[in-house]
Amino acid sequence: MPNLTSIPAFELKGSLTTLMVLHLFKSDQEAITVQLADKVAQAPQFFQHAPLLIDLQDLGEPHLSALDLTHLVELLRKHGLVPVAIRGGTDPQKQLALNLTLGILPQNSRSESREKPQIEVESEPVILNTSAKIISHPVRSGQQVVALQGDLVVLSPVSHGAEILAHGHIHVYSALRGRALAGVNGDTQARIFCQQLEAELVSIAGQYQINEGLPHHLQGKAAQIFLVGEELKIEAL
Amino acid sequence: MSTVIVVTSGKGGVGKTTTSAAFATGLALRGHQTVVIDFDVGLRNLDLIMGCERRVVYDFVNVINGEGTLNQAIIKDKRVDSLFILPASQTRDKEALTLKGVYRVIEALKKRFEYIVCDSPAGIEHGAIMAMYFADEALIVTNPEVSSVRDSDRIIGLLSSKTHRAAQNLDPVKEHLLITRYAQKRVTKGDMLSAQDIQDILAIPLLGIIPESKSVLQASNSGVPVTLDKASDAGQAYLEVVARFLGEEVSNSQKKGFLSHWFGKK
Ligand SMILES: Nc1ncnc2c1ncn2[C@@H]1O[C@H](COP(=O)(O)OP(=O)(O)OP(=O)(O)O)[C@@H](O)[C@H]1O
Ligand SMILES: [Mg+2]
Repeated sequence: MPNLTSIPAFELKGSLTTLMVLHLFKSDQEAITVQLADKVAQAPQFFQHAPLLIDLQDLGEPHLSALDLTHLVELLRKHGLVPVAIRGGTDPQKQLALNLTLGILPQNSRSESREKPQIEVESEPVILNTSAKIISHPVRSGQQVVALQGDLVVLSPVSHGAEILAHGHIHVYSALRGRALAGVNGDTQARIFCQQLEAELVSIAGQYQINEGLPHHLQGKAAQIFLVGEELKIEAL
Repeated sequence: MSTVIVVTSGKGGVGKTTTSAAFATGLALRGHQTVVIDFDVGLRNLDLIMGCERRVVYDFVNVINGEGTLNQAIIKDKRVDSLFILPASQTRDKEALTLKGVYRVIEALKKRFEYIVCDSPAGIEHGAIMAMYFADEALIVTNPEVSSVRDSDRIIGLLSSKTHRAAQNLDPVKEHLLITRYAQKRVTKGDMLSAQDIQDILAIPLLGIIPESKSVLQASNSGVPVTLDKASDAGQAYLEVVARFLGEEVSNSQKKGFLSHWFGKK
């Protein structure tokens, strides 16, 4: 008879990974709906299937009790996000979260209230990993590479029809022919650097330029792209 | 040890079937036990190009469905000793190919053959995925035009994600670039991409360049793999491709040395 217990069929381990966190500051449904749609529109692919933690710790009363968690979860799912757990909240909200098959994360000790915009999506490193994501193989048409946190460094060509996205800067030490979106979470300081600019689209914090609008004299040249105010600057390196 | 080679491109009509027939014939001419499988279920034409269309009884799908045995379905080439063809079905569609079924057939073929050449259908859908799934190596057939190069790029991406080697975390599928229908005159005129342009974009090793040649159409109309036509420049180029694939240093025999720039020195 086969022994069902002695040969391990799995391993259960704790692990540290990065998770996107939605910090709520208000319960205003309309404001959340509008601002979320806006955020997602900046980099729809980035948010597709991304697991998300809903953080209610900074939500003071009366907002906390007024928050419609069911509606919020529906809204997030509609945008392709995958809420996985909540942090903070009232006991009834925790019960509701469980009913929505969300997990419950323990409260953070951090509790200083912050003056913040109403809604902010940020990538919070659960483990402090400041190093950039480095890709040394070509990014092919139809492929997408995302650096959820920090910078993205690509050492090979990025093809037409490929898409690369980063929380921070993007460096391409080769030809950039596809789409590159830096500062996808709204970091206006993010920049794109590339050895050979042939991009289909470049974007910093949602401000974008398509290939046709790239300066002619920089086509195929080493260039950097950055924001000055609302304006996208494209300069030779 | 057997090697499974997929001949693929994404884009249609670039010369996959021509290449599959010529390449498999070339391998067999060098004495290797070789079988070439037509994965283009519903649009079979490998058997036409191989000149065995009137000898098809059972096909690939029959074997998968257990309606016939592999031995019944495999057709032995009349000209080259160690060359065999597994034809596609004309009356089914590509959904008839299942991963499990393809796996069983390929495993069975591995017992008999050194090289298993898979002629992929065009596209990036089910049929193409079935053809590439069990590949160890891939010939990426590309014509010197932008749309073909772009589709090849897409296919190379799939080779690194949608194959059993990717799923099992094995060494990646070994990729070879094969540029076909190359017309130096049109490249010089700027109508076509140069081999250098194509290599810059695809960034995989170049295995060979097959010139655009009238002899290809003549050969396929008469059901003869172009590698058997000694007078054909394309046939000679395919033979060199085979030699290079087998790891030989090939000095290039092309007239006017149009390949010498690429393969002249190592
Ligand atoms: N080197 C060449 N010179 C001239 N014509 C060629 C060459 N290679 C292929 N052709 C022609 O191109 C056409 C398409 O070739 P083939 O059927 O091999 O392409 P394929 O990629 O298999 O097409 P499909 O995607 O439909 O399966 C045929 O008419 C063939 O004769
Ligand atoms: Mg074909």
